[in-house]
Amino acid sequence: MPSFSGKLGGLKRKEEPVMTSANADDLVVIENLDFAHNYGAKEVFNGLNMKIPRGKITAVMGPSGIGKTTLLRLIGGQLKPQKGSIKFAGHNIPELSRSDLYEQRKRMSMLFQSGALFTDLSVFDNIAFPLREHSDLSEEIIETIVLLKLEAVGLRGARHLMPAELSGGMSRRAALARAIALDPELIMYDEPFAGQDPISMGVIVKLIKSLNSSLGITSVVVTHDVAEVLTIADQVFIVADQKVVASGSPEELKQSDDPLVQQFLEGEADGPVAFHYKAPSLAKEVLGKDINEGEGHAG
Amino acid sequence: MLDKVAALGKTVLDNIAGAGKAMVMLVRALIGKPQLRKSWPLLMQQMYSVGVLSLIIIIISGLFIGMVLGLQGYKILVDFGAEQSLGPMVALSLLRELGPVVTALLFAGRAGSALTAEIGLMKATEQLSSLEMMAVDPLRRVISPRFWAGFYSMPLLALIFSAVGIYGGYLVGVRWLGVDEGAFWSVMQSNVEWGQDILNGIIKSLVFAFVVTWIALHKGYHCVPTSVGISRATTSTVVTASLAVLGLDFVLTALMFG
Ligand SMILES: Nc1ncnc2c1ncn2[C@@H]1O[C@H](COP(=O)(O)OP(=O)(O)OP(=O)(O)O)[C@@H](O)[C@H]1O
Ligand SMILES: [Mg+2]
Repeated sequence: MPSFSGKLGGLKRKEEPVMTSANADDLVVIENLDFAHNYGAKEVFNGLNMKIPRGKITAVMGPSGIGKTTLLRLIGGQLKPQKGSIKFAGHNIPELSRSDLYEQRKRMSMLFQSGALFTDLSVFDNIAFPLREHSDLSEEIIETIVLLKLEAVGLRGARHLMPAELSGGMSRRAALARAIALDPELIMYDEPFAGQDPISMGVIVKLIKSLNSSLGITSVVVTHDVAEVLTIADQVFIVADQKVVASGSPEELKQSDDPLVQQFLEGEADGPVAFHYKAPSLAKEVLGKDINEGEGHAG
Repeated sequence: MLDKVAALGKTVLDNIAGAGKAMVMLVRALIGKPQLRKSWPLLMQQMYSVGVLSLIIIIISGLFIGMVLGLQGYKILVDFGAEQSLGPMVALSLLRELGPVVTALLFAGRAGSALTAEIGLMKATEQLSSLEMMAVDPLRRVISPRFWAGFYSMPLLALIFSAVGIYGGYLVGVRWLGVDEGAFWSVMQSNVEWGQDILNGIIKSLVFAFVVTWIALHKGYHCVPTSVGISRATTSTVVTASLAVLGLDFVLTALMFG
């Protein structure tokens, strides 16, 4: 049932009452999160709240550079927030000891934006790596699992290649296979569709959906590919202005008359969200004067 | 003026913070229960890339330095009619000083810079992050085997360096310049002491091994994860490690022979 939730997302929400209060159905609960890079110099989040429902696909969207990757790293405990809590299955990630954090990390996995394959291991060994580290499976079983995962991303034939011999899109698919190798409870995908042709894009969309529906894996998908993700997501968050500015099912967002949401879904450069990084006006920087002066000169 | 003081203060603080980070890194990498089954193959792999791959440069340098020592030593000693002492002169210079020190300098340039660049690249390409997210501690997995590989292989390399150097001195002194072969070896044997000379040399190279490997790993692990950052870190490894070796050599020599 590939497009089940996309079509019925709105209906489903009516059946089960709204999941706003913190309950056992939320795998990740982020409350009042403040975070800044470089010892406070670069503020990224200010009072961010987010609940990621268990067993669902949650999409996180937002302008480039807004802090989506940072958010995933915070959930994974690689960065520590200045304020607020990040609860993963009830454990407050920022306060865990090192060994407890590593315990919790065994339950999640992350597809990095850059892929991050181990350059000294072949594709096969990359995908076998988490299995060899964290399971006592025999080599034959590991081989079977690895081949199945590679088959799922269409790279079974590339198992002997080294990461340096893969194309950009191929290495991201190999990384995807590695991220799903252990079938963890939570998978965070950072831009899984970037650099994929339409066919592999479709395959990856289906793969994320089927991992979710068959194994009940909670998925967080960070992406700019609005159309693709809206077909599979149960819940969408739009991040801007250092917090969540809109959330809801894809249906709700599509029907929303919030100009910001519409700007984002339609991909317009002008609107409430600024496309440009803060800067003086272009005319001023390029011409050294304001537009009005320039016009006067030309006329 | 005040700006300069402030800048100096910042540099000092940065260095102290860096040293602190390096300390924490090493302690975390080395403590904890060893998992022999997993770490043994990793150690062997690193011994190969850190130690075995440095062999060529160590052997060639050792041979040339020994030959130069033989030549220079002969020219000086022959004026005093003491060319019989060429053997101990070459052996002692190598075992006490040149073996450990030059090996450490070459090691910093050959293996240290490679370690820094490799780890820096792993950081820049998020391989270290993804290890962390897979609940595999990069300090135990990446830093620790490289540290032990450096620590074990450098003293061995230093011994090889000295042995090859002595042979180089023999080639020049005995084969070419005609020092008596029996005297060369027997005077050497009776003048080189196990504790005072060989053991002290080994202690020196253990200290250098510790420091050079540590600096290389720290510079890589804490580098700015960009191409400029990595190239700076690599240069910094060679410079810092070389200066540290020369400084420590003076201190150790003063303690051992002073
Ligand atoms: N290590 C860092 N040090 C300082 N600032 C950083 C660091 N990493 C990211 N930033 C800043 O934090 C902000 C958020 O970065 P992040 O990578 O999370 O963005 P993103 O939403 O994932 O963007 P994209 O969609 O382009 O991947 C950016 O403005 C970036 O400049
Ligand atoms: Mg990102």
